[in-house]
Amino acid sequence: MAHESGSHHPSIPALEGRFGEAVQFHETTAGDQVSVVVDAARIREILEWLKTEPSQHYEFLSDLTAVDFGGGRPLQVVYQLWSLAHRRSLRVKAELPLDALEIDSVEPLWKTADWLEREVYDLFGIEFRGHPDLRRILMPEAYAEGHPLRKDFPLRGRFSRAEQTRRALRQDVEDFYIPLEMELGREPQLVNLSSGDSEAASADAPSED
Amino acid sequence: MGLNDDRALPGGGRSARSGGLFGAGGPTFLTTKVDFVVNWARRNSLWPMPFGTACCAIEMMAAAASNFDIARFGMERMSFSPRQADVLICAGRVPYKLAPVLRRIWDQMPQPKWAISMGACASSGGVFDTYAMVQGIDTIIPVDVYIPGCPPRPEALIYGLMMIQEKVRQETLADHAVNRAEDPRAVARPRAGDAEVKGLTGPFGNSTRQNRIAGLVQSDRVDRPDDRLP
Amino acid sequence: MATKTVEFTVGRSPEMGSQGGIAYAPLHPVDLPEPDLGSEHMLINIGPQHPATHGVLRLVCELDGETVLKVIPHIGYLHTGFEKLGEYRSWNQVVPLTDRMDYLAPLIYNCAYVMSVEKLMGIEVTERCKVVRVIMMELDRIFGHLLWLGTTAIDVGAFTPFLYAFQQREKIYTLHEALTGARITTSATRVGGMMADLPDGWAEAVRDFANGLPATLDEINNLLTTNGIHLGRTQDIGVISGEDAINYGFTGPNLRASGVPYDVRKDRPYYDYETYDFDVPVGEIGDCYDRYLVRMEEMVQSLRILHQALDRLPGGPINVQDPRISLPSKTDCMNDMESMIHHFKLITEGIRAPVGDSWFSVEASKGELGMYVVSDGGTKPVRWRVRPPSFVNLSVIPKLAEGHLMSDLIMINASLDIVLGEIDR
Repeated sequence: MAHESGSHHPSIPALEGRFGEAVQFHETTAGDQVSVVVDAARIREILEWLKTEPSQHYEFLSDLTAVDFGGGRPLQVVYQLWSLAHRRSLRVKAELPLDALEIDSVEPLWKTADWLEREVYDLFGIEFRGHPDLRRILMPEAYAEGHPLRKDFPLRGRFSRAEQTRRALRQDVEDFYIPLEMELGREPQLVNLSSGDSEAASADAPSED
Repeated sequence: MGLNDDRALPGGGRSARSGGLFGAGGPTFLTTKVDFVVNWARRNSLWPMPFGTACCAIEMMAAAASNFDIARFGMERMSFSPRQADVLICAGRVPYKLAPVLRRIWDQMPQPKWAISMGACASSGGVFDTYAMVQGIDTIIPVDVYIPGCPPRPEALIYGLMMIQEKVRQETLADHAVNRAEDPRAVARPRAGDAEVKGLTGPFGNSTRQNRIAGLVQSDRVDRPDDRLP
Repeated sequence: MATKTVEFTVGRSPEMGSQGGIAYAPLHPVDLPEPDLGSEHMLINIGPQHPATHGVLRLVCELDGETVLKVIPHIGYLHTGFEKLGEYRSWNQVVPLTDRMDYLAPLIYNCAYVMSVEKLMGIEVTERCKVVRVIMMELDRIFGHLLWLGTTAIDVGAFTPFLYAFQQREKIYTLHEALTGARITTSATRVGGMMADLPDGWAEAVRDFANGLPATLDEINNLLTTNGIHLGRTQDIGVISGEDAINYGFTGPNLRASGVPYDVRKDRPYYDYETYDFDVPVGEIGDCYDRYLVRMEEMVQSLRILHQALDRLPGGPINVQDPRISLPSKTDCMNDMESMIHHFKLITEGIRAPVGDSWFSVEASKGELGMYVVSDGGTKPVRWRVRPPSFVNLSVIPKLAEGHLMSDLIMINASLDIVLGEIDR
């Protein structure tokens, strides 16, 4: 598409000059929004440069998400950057083939990415290398049906409603705690503050409500 | 109208058994008077347990605020502790991740207890027929009153609470076992038989049918013997 | 073209605490030397059903006595699958989903979504529509902040502001209802305009509300701003520096309380926000009290915008006339075949957006709300992504709460102004 018109964005020539081949493609959509598709293997390096290089200085990661176009096409990881100093935005995308859903985590650069990457991992199944605590965030840890936002995932889930209900109700209390918490809570007594349930606290140990 | 006249019973003559003044099993002069007093006390001091999750919870807060003020019905004491509550108001969407929490809170409430399903999402899943959502909390807990709306207005919530009051008024201690049944299979099953429900909803193939037919039969309370940590 | 950000620092007057006869004694319980009781750490689970978590948030805390050592938030207890569901709905059918996400300020979400789609389709809405949407968004900013104010006041033990705030909220409910027929789930916008034009007398009703609100704000101000208990519970609690706040992705009042004057309305103006005269309040320290002050001031600034928008409300059509999205008139449909077919296709298939993607962010009451839509040229989004402000804001809570007391954790959580419907989506 508008392969040329993106060039007026000052970051595009700078990126191309600095990273050369790693900058694969850039386009302008929705009038004035510039996206640049870069090599997924070098995403961390590129974003770090965009964040720290004074002429770029995209210090604000607005959003991190992924897009599945379906039909076996590669998944896109999308980074929305915003420079507070220059008042510019840039969208950086990296494409991941379905058989290699792995990309470097940018959590060391932006703490924002912590939860956003966990969400992408949860809903798309993309692994983020170097993420300190990569586990599901929205779905239960034991969710067995897959990654909901993938196009091959049916809207109502893979299991029947009855099976989903049964699985939900069958959960054990321990399923509600991550290993770290189990480790912390193992020795001392667990107390549950939920709903002021003090009476149950001693007898019931931790309840999930 | 004699004492044993079924039409005089609060339940509208549900029980055909006759008991006389001190008869065993059926309603008697004594039990109906006790029923009256007990029901009067119960229905005018219902303590709601607000299980608010989403939009409906905001309307529930509006109902508690000054313009609507459910204190007028003896319900201003929002009991955030399930152990000290009578009415569970499930206001909002209930995803599967929250389902065991809802069930557990219901289990923690002492008898007698009632449940209100407030809003379309709690009653049927609403517009959210997705992988994450429980399609109606009556597959998890028995529900007494369903309040339609997305979200229902505070007046609707108050009306629902008044329907609970009316339900309490008509209860009799003689039917304790039925009124206090907790298995959603027994209580929340639609009045119509499975065949009728199927006939009504089948052509549309909607998820309500999936649930009513398939979900209820199998959503028995599961045994959780290992519910506590070592 | 960005305007110069006008900012001023919310005041922390030195005499605070002397008013009202309550002396403010700063509480520094964390610094007190604690006797060594040989106690073990305790793991406490709060939520998901807990009145102080503002929804179904669940926090697992490791405590040493009453001091919070570690907070592990668990979310997803309200995960509804909005983004998945959006992929199965046509462009306009997504609108009703947006207001069920942030039910505290639904109109902002309605607007943000259609603005993103309009951006993708290259539609410029009419002047009247722009001003109406500004009115709606500012109205709902007040709507959201009032609820935050009421519930947060309850968390620090003050019940009265809740009642005052809800009285004003009821007035906005009525305005919503007059505009859309619903109190919360408004679904007021459509791609290219609005569901309907303003009802008669609505603008005057908004002005009445805007005239009446300052009195309530003053009352709440008197109750909280210099209240010794409130100061003790909020000052120097949950401090975050501006630099950290940016790194953690804070936006909205939370970021501005840390002294960073980033406001999408000023930095990336949409709908002629650069022509409205308003200030962006910023805090100094970035504690709970600054977040409170910033939000209080924001309501006042929103009122200023409301008045200006009402003054300039132009006449003319509210919806654009664009054959891609607008239905032909009923008369045309009955008279010529092309209009009939056009009508039929728009109704049965829905509108089509061109191939591409579009990101649009607005300043919601919680922070920067981004809507990212991807289209493959069809009648449904390939991907509809919401950049949830309170999701990102909440992720900071482990850092903010560390070292504070358990009761301060409740205040910190409240001061972030979260809404679980949008965090979990």
